[in-house]
Order: sequence, then structure tokens, then C-alpha cells
Amino acid sequence: MTTRAGREYILSLVAIVLGLVAGAVLMLLSGNNPLLGYLYLFRGGLMNIERLGNTLATATPLIFTGLSVAFAFRTGLFNIGAAGQMLIGGLCATAVGLTFPWSRPVLLAAMLTAALAGGGLWAALPGWLKARFNVHEVVSTIMMNWIAFWTVFYMVPRYFKGPFLETESQKLPDTASLKTQWLSALFNGSYINLGIVLAIVFVALTAFILDQTTFGYELKAVGFNRHAAGVAGINVNRNLILSMTIAGALAGLGGATFYAGYASNMQIGVLPSQGFDGIAVSLLGANSPLGVLGAAIFFGLLHTGKGFMNAMTRIPPEIADTIIATIIYFAATSIMVERVLDRLKRRRAGQLPVAAGRDTIAAPKKGGAR
Amino acid sequence: MEYVIEMLNIRKEFPGVVACDDITLQLRKGEILALLGENGAGKSTLMSILFGLYQPDSGVIRLKGKEVRISNPNVANALGIGMVHQHFKLVHNFTITENIILGSETTRGLVVDTRSAARRIRELSARYGLNVDPDARVADVSVGMQQRVEILKMLYRDAEILIFDEPTAVLTPQEVQELMKILRGLIYEGKSVILITHKLKEIKAVADRCTVIRRGRLIATVDVETTSGEKLAEMMVGRKVTFQVDKKAKKPGEAILELDNLSVRGPGGVAGLKNFTLEVRCGEIVGIAGVDGNGQKELVEAVIGLRKADSGRILLKGNDVKDLPVRGRIARGMAFIPDDRHKYGLILDYSLEYNLILKDYYRTPFSRKGLLDHKAIRRHAVRVIEEFDVRAGQGAAATVRSLSGGNQQKTIVGREIDANPDLLIAVQPTRGLDVGAIEYIHRRLLEQRDNGKAVLLISLELDEILKISDRIAVINNGELVGVVRAAETDENEVGLMMTGIKRGAVS
Amino acid sequence: MWSLITQIFPYAVAFTIPLLITSLGGLFSERSGIVNIGLEGLMIIGMFTGALTISVLEIAMPGAAIWVGLLAAFIAGALFAMLHAFACITLNANQVISGIAVNMVAGALTTYLARNITGSGNILIIHGLVRKDVPVLSALPVIGRLVFTQTYATTWLVLFLVVLSTFTLYKTKFGLRLRACGEHPHAADSAGINVHLVRYLAVMISGAFAGLGGATVIVTYSGEFNGTAAGLGFLALAALIFGQWKPLGILGATFFFGFASTVANVSQAIPALAKISGIYLKTFPYIVTLIALVLSSKSSQAPKALGEPYDKGKR
Repeated sequence: MTTRAGREYILSLVAIVLGLVAGAVLMLLSGNNPLLGYLYLFRGGLMNIERLGNTLATATPLIFTGLSVAFAFRTGLFNIGAAGQMLIGGLCATAVGLTFPWSRPVLLAAMLTAALAGGGLWAALPGWLKARFNVHEVVSTIMMNWIAFWTVFYMVPRYFKGPFLETESQKLPDTASLKTQWLSALFNGSYINLGIVLAIVFVALTAFILDQTTFGYELKAVGFNRHAAGVAGINVNRNLILSMTIAGALAGLGGATFYAGYASNMQIGVLPSQGFDGIAVSLLGANSPLGVLGAAIFFGLLHTGKGFMNAMTRIPPEIADTIIATIIYFAATSIMVERVLDRLKRRRAGQLPVAAGRDTIAAPKKGGAR
Repeated sequence: MEYVIEMLNIRKEFPGVVACDDITLQLRKGEILALLGENGAGKSTLMSILFGLYQPDSGVIRLKGKEVRISNPNVANALGIGMVHQHFKLVHNFTITENIILGSETTRGLVVDTRSAARRIRELSARYGLNVDPDARVADVSVGMQQRVEILKMLYRDAEILIFDEPTAVLTPQEVQELMKILRGLIYEGKSVILITHKLKEIKAVADRCTVIRRGRLIATVDVETTSGEKLAEMMVGRKVTFQVDKKAKKPGEAILELDNLSVRGPGGVAGLKNFTLEVRCGEIVGIAGVDGNGQKELVEAVIGLRKADSGRILLKGNDVKDLPVRGRIARGMAFIPDDRHKYGLILDYSLEYNLILKDYYRTPFSRKGLLDHKAIRRHAVRVIEEFDVRAGQGAAATVRSLSGGNQQKTIVGREIDANPDLLIAVQPTRGLDVGAIEYIHRRLLEQRDNGKAVLLISLELDEILKISDRIAVINNGELVGVVRAAETDENEVGLMMTGIKRGAVS
Repeated sequence: MWSLITQIFPYAVAFTIPLLITSLGGLFSERSGIVNIGLEGLMIIGMFTGALTISVLEIAMPGAAIWVGLLAAFIAGALFAMLHAFACITLNANQVISGIAVNMVAGALTTYLARNITGSGNILIIHGLVRKDVPVLSALPVIGRLVFTQTYATTWLVLFLVVLSTFTLYKTKFGLRLRACGEHPHAADSAGINVHLVRYLAVMISGAFAGLGGATVIVTYSGEFNGTAAGLGFLALAALIFGQWKPLGILGATFFFGFASTVANVSQAIPALAKISGIYLKTFPYIVTLIALVLSSKSSQAPKALGEPYDKGKR
């Protein structure tokens, strides 16, 4: 099993390299020097402590959505709904933050709890639909995304309208922000906030749950083979609902760290890109919590550096999104790389390539569409 | 002698295994040639080569004396080679006509011409006595009819050489008779047939010659008429097979499982099991005989707790467990060996040790305060592996996916029997295994019985039921036809009962 | 009430048509067995290509530019869909992940290119299609006023494609084979059908139709590419499911969804509708799709092999 995981990390690295190559080609096509582009891109994310902080701050919601997708994956569920769960988590946190005049620790705790509960419940419905009616979670979470999108679209202007714009909520008071004095000072006034601490705690927690607990054994058993799990007496439906709920709660927390940490208000009419990026993060991280942490920080770096790159060269900042999108495509088609690796290995072993048929590796059992 | 097809010195290697090693098979025009071998002997690979699914590494194929290269199934079809696969390849929501013409449609303008195709199918159906209605939907017709649709597909394409891959596995004894008649009809019309099977009886009934292969090698090709069944079996397995198990007489004790007027709904809400009453006692093996799809699945799922029973009672050692979940029943002494070990028995991506605690992972010593005790898990695995002789490369840490079929089955049997259950339910426990593994499983089941435990055996292999059981309950269309003593019955009687005719109705 | 309906109807139709053609594209892909979550991205490709082509050509060849733009979007959609086809069919990749990747690549890449071209990332076209009355038919009572007045030519084009697609799927050889690939690819394969080829074609048709749908948005009610399809592709996917993978079902579903969204969009401007909160109208398509999924959970009409990669070796 360890070799399998190692192999997945190699495939992830290959996908990253291919994505960066694709980005380089695009930079070339638009008449820019890719080496310079990447130099500024990485410098933009790493060159000083403040930017490093920004990288971590940008990575924070991605860690949560990545964990969310990975957690559901382990139970054989494909959570496409992290974006919607994030929105609802953010909405709940914002609602609490704007409504109650409590002291900071109490208020923050209440906001996080609200985000966790909101995201969790938002995902529990698709989980329940899956368990009770076998409604495919890919479809139902997509629907839930758009229901969340329109819910925020109408709720925010109605109840939490900002003073200037129709399209955003009021600004959260400082007591309701995850940004905190000592952290900001430590990172020279960057966007970094308590969310990153929370994220790391949750990385450790999910890793522990999945690998060390009876609950994790159950979840993974259901994920690998729900029929056999059911025959062995594991309550499959309960695990499906629980897994989805936990995944939603994680994404909900991600929403809180984004809207009440990185930002300090909610915009309407935007489905947060971290939702889908989370799928990429999970995929690159081989669905393991530590891998998710690494992949999220890498994506955070790309997002943080793109502005600096844009300022120093004439490369549009959207190159970062293009690279990420390309990486996920290459991660999805990693089987191609796997075939090449296999062929190389066999050639090195001095064997002849065997005719197609049996030797193709079955598609990785990640989620599966039906 | 004229051969329509010759496969000469065929060799095919897959990574790590030689599936076919220098096999020669020759089919005469107008004969039925049986291809006999155990599971995994290389029958399917050989036929897949003939059908163009695989390319041989060496060896030649000759059609009527001319060498041919069959690079894909289309080439095979064009050469007049057709195959009825074990799992039918039919589109369920298409009509029979649409299924048959698929891939060789005729059109009028742009529109597919189903009408004249249906006419031709009717003619073919009448000529070969297949009795197929071209306008029916595949989903609405019986399994036997579906098989005849598959045969029609080949006839529609003017196939001369017909390959049947284990065609009787899904049929009732009566449908088997019907099929044998159809096969003879095909020969009469000048077709040639290869019959892949591991059932000696069918070979004796219908085949002219028989090619036996074992572990990828050709053993011999013999005339069926002059070769005894025992001899064929010996050639197939490679040693004398007794076919008899050592079954001591034993008086069963109190009832462990009692099913009382049990009714269960099947898929789509139709009645799957109707007022089923049966008991299984200590120290006996009760076999359930019946054709696939007659309520066995509903019966098993209701007893182990995967499916809700509509009415009736399920008593385990006198207590009604009908409303208990699966785990509750396991805890009260039920164990289960499923028919599809990959789907229901194992978690292939878990290690061997994890699979061995699949039913007990939440209990001490494997779990303490919600945390897994990996040391205890390993100790347990090492013991069970030893006791049940499970062979795995990396021992307890090996992924179960990497184990052979026999060892996977031993893993399940080990886990279930090690739990020391009062009732062991085994469904098709020997499916897809070689004779050695089959004997092992049978021995273990009998051991349970001899130790005073109850065993409920559900199998589609009538021979297995007759050999192992003490009593046989016959199921048809969800109803209990009757219960007979294994010692006082024979295949004919049980076979007749499987069609729904009660004992004594015919003398 | 009547005047209200006649007021809203043209907008509803204009909003429905791109959804309809995109959803119809999804139908081809999914009936052949390939899940296509990438419809949103394919629409974006169509929007980008359409807007770019038209903005470049419209000075030189006014009028014709729009049709060239639609054709370009059609072709670009088909080509871009090959990314999805390659991943799902040739490589047996996870179809959902591939679809998501298609969406992400399409959105990011087109915005990146548009930024390089225009600087702002938006591409504006000066002239869209002009609404016209259908001669003779528009004089019919009731129907004439409602359906045949003030229509876009693309509406009739798309409706023609709906009829053509229905005929293709249910009457022709290609349709029979395509449906067989979606229900039981092994059966199709053993009948000598090239499953990969059929699926490639189906996915490319879905891309072409979605591309056309995206460009239709540009030439009718939007007039501007801005890097997003605003969820229309996902709405089309919902309509495909709500319409139970059938052309007539899709026609009904898209119109149903289109009408609800239009009412929500104009509700602020029309006092009689202001009472209905937009949130119900906007979430309505997704909620009814969820309900439809629950109700059809026992008897789903979804193609049997939908989402299953087809691996020849595994039989």
C-alpha cells in the first residue's frame, strides 16, 4: 500500500510539471519569457515573510476544501459541493459575526461552530439522498452548489447589505475576524489569520481519524467496497451520511476562514473557486491529509505570486488558474503517465512489452461516476 | 478428415502466467466438440484467441485449411465464427430485433429497417425451433429466451462455427434439455459447435469429441462415446477424483435457524420469497436447490439482514432476529460465505489482516476506546492465516487483491469459521475454484456439521448440493417445493422439483 | 396576465434556447455512456470563440460575421470536447474529474487569452442577431403573437437541431449504436461496433452543441464574453437529468427552467411579479431536479453504462 501511495505522489509531481510546462507554452505564445514569468510567480509567493504569509492565507481555505473532498473520497463519495458548502459556512459565520455583540473568543467560536454546522448540514442532505434514495452525490452536490449560490445571492443583500455596494455584505467587525494581531505582526501585516492554525489542526485530526480509529476503518471499508462492508454488519448508510456531513463541515470551516479571515465580507454572485480547486488539491495530494496540505500550499503560492508576476511582466494573472486547471487535467489523465512509467520499468527489467489487453492498469478507483 | 477450424500449437502468455502452452484444437465440420477444463485451465483464453479478442504469441489458426489471422471479433464474425458468451451481451431496453441487428443493420434511406429484419429473424427462429418473438423487449423475456437471442445473433450473421461458453450455467434443467436439442438442430443444419464446459454430464449427453486442457496444456482429445466420465474427470484434474465425500451419519439436534412463513419482496416490489418455512438444525447441512433467480437471493439477504422481510419470522436459536440489523445477527452466531467474494466477501484494497477483522474490528481486542490496536490485529491475522493455510506473499500485510482466488476464499472461510458460528450460511462457496480448493471448502463445511453446528448451503450446482447436504430444500419461484433427504433422492427428482413439480406428483 | 406572458415570453425563449441546445449536446454524450459535467466549460469555449470571431469580422462582413461566429463556436466546442473524450475514452479516466478539468481549463484559458487580446478580458460584439417576425405564421391568432413574433433565427436553428437529433438518435443506425454504447458497451463491441469511435463522436457532438449554445448567448441576449457561463452549463445538465435523458423531456425541462429564471430576472421590473421572491424562482430548477432524482430513484431512465469506463480487456 505504501508503494501505491508513493506512486501516486510521483504521478502528482508529473502532473504539476506538465501543468507548469503547459503554462510556459502559453506564456511563450503570448510573447513572454516563461522563465522570467515563473521567476516572478514564485518570488511573488515567497520573496518575503509577508508574501509567505499571504501564500499560507490563500492556501488556508484550499486546505479545508481539499480535506473535504479527500475525506469524502475515502468513503467512496465524490464531493463536488465544496463550493456551496463553503458559501453556506461563510454565510453562517458572517451572520453570527454581524449579529451578536459577544466578546472575541466567544464570537469566533460561535462563528466557527456555525460554519461547521452550516456546511455539514448542507452536505448532509446529499449524503442522505445517496443513502436513502441512491441519488448520485455528484449530481446532488452540483445542484446544492447552485442552490447555495442563489441563497447567498438573495440573503446577503436582504439581511446583511453593505453600506456601499448591493453586491457585498457589511464588513465584519475586528472582533469577528480570524485575523489576529500577533500573527499579522509575525508575518509583516500579511493576510494570514488563525485559519491556518485551524487548518493544520484539522489536517492532523483527519489523518488520525482515517488511520488510527475504528471509525476511520469503517469509513474506508465503506469507501473501498460498500457491499462487503454492509454484509459485514457495518451500517453503510450511516457512514455515507456521516462522511458527507464531515466533508461538508470541513468545507464550511473553509468558508469561515475565507470570508471571515482572508476577506472580511461576502461577495454575492460568485461561486468560490476554492470549491473546485479543492478537488484538484485532493487529487494531487493522493487523497491523504498531508498530501492535501502540500498541494494546497502549492496552489496558494501560485495564486499569491500571480499579481507580482503580472506587475513585473505582461503576463495576465489568469495564468495561475490556467496552470491549476491544466494540472487537474493531467492528474485526471495520470493513467497515461502511469502507462509510460510501466513501459519504462519493463524495458529496464529487460522484458518485452506485452500486447495490450491484460496489462493495462485499471482506472484508479477514485469516486467513480456511478 | 476435414476440419473447419484448427488451432495449432497456440501459446499465449500474460505477465507472470502462461495461459496457453502449445495447445492444439481441431474442430470437424458438423460435430460438437467439447472443451473441458477446470476454472483457470485456459479455456477462455483459448476461445478468446479464436474469437479475436487476444492474439496468440505463437501458433497458427486455420480455417478450412487456410491460415487466417483473427485480429479482432469483427474478423471472426466475417469468417463465420460466432460466440455465445457466458454473460449475455444484450441491451435490455432494446427489442430483440434491435439487439440482433445491432452492428449489421440494414437501412432504407437513413432509417434502420427493422421490419424486414424482424421477418428474417422469425424465419430463422422457426427453422431452428427457437421460438423467439422479435418484437419483445429483452428485459421482458426469460433467461433461456435471452440465450436463444444470442444464438439468433450468430445465425443472423450466417455463422458456421458456434462457440458456446458455459451455456448451461444459467439454465434450468429443462432449459438445458431444450438447449441440447437446439445444439443437435444446429449440427443437423450443418453448423459446427465448440462447447466450453466443466460439466461432464453435458459432454456425455451431446458432444462427439472432447478436448481436455489442464493448466494451460493440452492433455488429450478423445471420443466421448468411448471414454468414461471418470476418465474425463481424471484427465481434467490430473489425479483420481473420488466425487464422494466422507460423510459420517449424524443425528441432528435442536433447531438453530427456523424460518416461519417468511415473505420477502424482490427487486421492483415483486414477491421474491413467498411463505417460506424451513428449519436448519445442529449438526446438519441443509442445501437449497433451485435455478438461479428463484428467490435464493431474497432468502439469503433476508436471513442475514440485508433485506427487510415483509412477514413471517426468522428465529435464531429460538429468538426472532427479523428486526435485528446485520451486526446484531452476526453477534448472535450467524456467519456468511457469500457467492461473489469480490463484491460481498472482501475489501480487496484492505490488507489481509484488516479483512480478517471485518466483522470484529469494533470489539476488543481490536478496538480500544475507538482506536485500532494494530498489534492485536496482527496477532489475530497470523493465527488465522496459519490455521486456514492462507498463502500470501507478504503475509498479514498483503493486499487481498494480490491473493489467488482460492486463497481469497480461504480468507473468507477462515474469518467466518474462526468466529465459531452456530449457523454458517454458504452461498456458492466453491464458485470459480479449482478442484483442490473445492475439496478443501467442502471438508470445512462438513467439519462444521460434525462439530454440531448448523450449515445452510445455497448452490446452483446440483451435484454440490446432493453431495454435501443432509437434507435438500427445493425452491422454485420463491416458494418451497419440498424438502427431501439427500440419501433418499437423486438428481432426477430434485431436478424435477426445481421446475416446481412437487414430490410424488409424478411417480 | 396575458400581456404579462406575451411580455415575458420572448425573453424566456431567448434564455431557453442556449440551454436547450447545450442540454441536447449533453444528451448525446450521456446516451453514449460518457458523463459530461464539462458542458459549462464547453459553453464558455463557444462564447469565447463566437465573440472573438464576430468582433474580428463584423466590420468587414456585417451580418455574415454572426453566422461565421456561430459556426466557429460549433467547431471549437467539438474540438475542445476532444480533451474530455481523450481522457474518458482513450485513457479511461474518471469522467467526473475530467469534466471538472474541462470546466476549469476552459474558464481559465479563455480568460487568459482574452486578457492577452483585449487587455480587459472581456470581448464585446457590436451587433447581435436582430429579432424578426416569421412571415405569415406571425399573423396567426394567439400562437402567432406568442411564438412567431420577435424571434431570433437561432431559435429556429436550434429547434431544427432538436428534431434532427431526435430522428438521429431513434431512427438511424448511428443512433441505435450510440444508445447501445450507453447501455451495454460490451454488447455493442461484440456486435462489431467501435465503441470508442461512437463515444468520441458523441462527446464531440456534445461539445459542438454546447459551443453553439454559448455563442447563441453572445449573439442574442448577452453581446459580451466575460469569462463565465454563469452556471448555464450546469443548468443544462440539470435539465438533462430532469428531462430523463430524452429529447422531449429536455425540451420541456429547459423551457420550464428558462421560464422560471426569466421570471426571476424580470421580477424586479414588473410589479406583478415582485411579490415572488427571486430566491425561489432561481433555486427552483435545482430543487425540482433533486426531487425528480428522488422520485425516479427506483426507475431511472439514465443510460445503464453511464460513467463506466469501457475497457476492452475486462469482459
